[in-house]
Amino acid sequence: MKATVHVMLKNGVLDPQGEAVKHALGSLGFEGVAGVRQGKVIELDLADGTSEDTVKAMCEKLLANTVIESYSIELA
Amino acid sequence: MHAGVITFPGSNCDRDLAEAFRKAGAKVTMVWHKETALPQGLDVVGIPGGFSFGDYLRCGAIAAQSPICQAVVGFAQRGGHVLGICNGFQVLCETGLLPGVLMRNATLKFVCRPQPLTVATSASPFLTGYKAGQSVTIPIAHHDGNYAAGPELVAALQAEDRVAFTYEGNPNGSAAEIAGVLSENRRVLGMMPHPERAIEAAQGNSDGAAMFTSLIESLQTA
Repeated sequence: MKATVHVMLKNGVLDPQGEAVKHALGSLGFEGVAGVRQGKVIELDLADGTSEDTVKAMCEKLLANTVIESYSIELA
Repeated sequence: MHAGVITFPGSNCDRDLAEAFRKAGAKVTMVWHKETALPQGLDVVGIPGGFSFGDYLRCGAIAAQSPICQAVVGFAQRGGHVLGICNGFQVLCETGLLPGVLMRNATLKFVCRPQPLTVATSASPFLTGYKAGQSVTIPIAHHDGNYAAGPELVAALQAEDRVAFTYEGNPNGSAAEIAGVLSENRRVLGMMPHPERAIEAAQGNSDGAAMFTSLIESLQTA
């Protein structure tokens, strides 16, 4: 089975990389880009039957720093 | 005094940090990250600067989960002294021994220069050699030194006198210009500037030397 974890900076946490990407898009002539937030996608190849709680524990312990980041999990 | 200095894959300030402890009069034992226990009888653990585990995932995140870091957390919880510099500060934040987190510099640029700092408190075994309010110059060299802390955390750190150093002129966007913070028991210090790079005149200045001599004096009189 596979799990996909999305890690994003929480709302309200300044994302300097996202801001830089936004400015770069503006300077390339793309108009109307009001905001860019940059995050991570982590794909996990897991043993069948791995529970969502286990993946959640992985996120809490290592994959995300919950002081500044939020995460979401998709199991497939 | 006996200091242990941890080496992770990617640490590059470990020998400098060991030298700073030695020059102040400490015996130093280098500790590889795969060790599961610290050497017996340590007074202080140093977590050096560098790029542990290539800064993969987040700076310090993988080092913080390494076997030796579990031992360092236990050591700190038993009242041991821990000094984390640069990447070591990032590691301490990731272990939860210190609050907050270090994010990418607001300028997005790596910053490397002698940095004027204000000593915010002298109330720590690492800081008794300084006076609160004193200005010192200590080198910085980092890409991810932007100390991120919400207003409540900043207010709590200030109220508890746990800000160790502030930047004079914010080089990286840190909240409240915070360059270093102390644990509640004041024995764990994390800071982005590199005091081990300022311990003798040959390095340009020796403003960092007092941190190491302060610690040794504090431990000897304790």
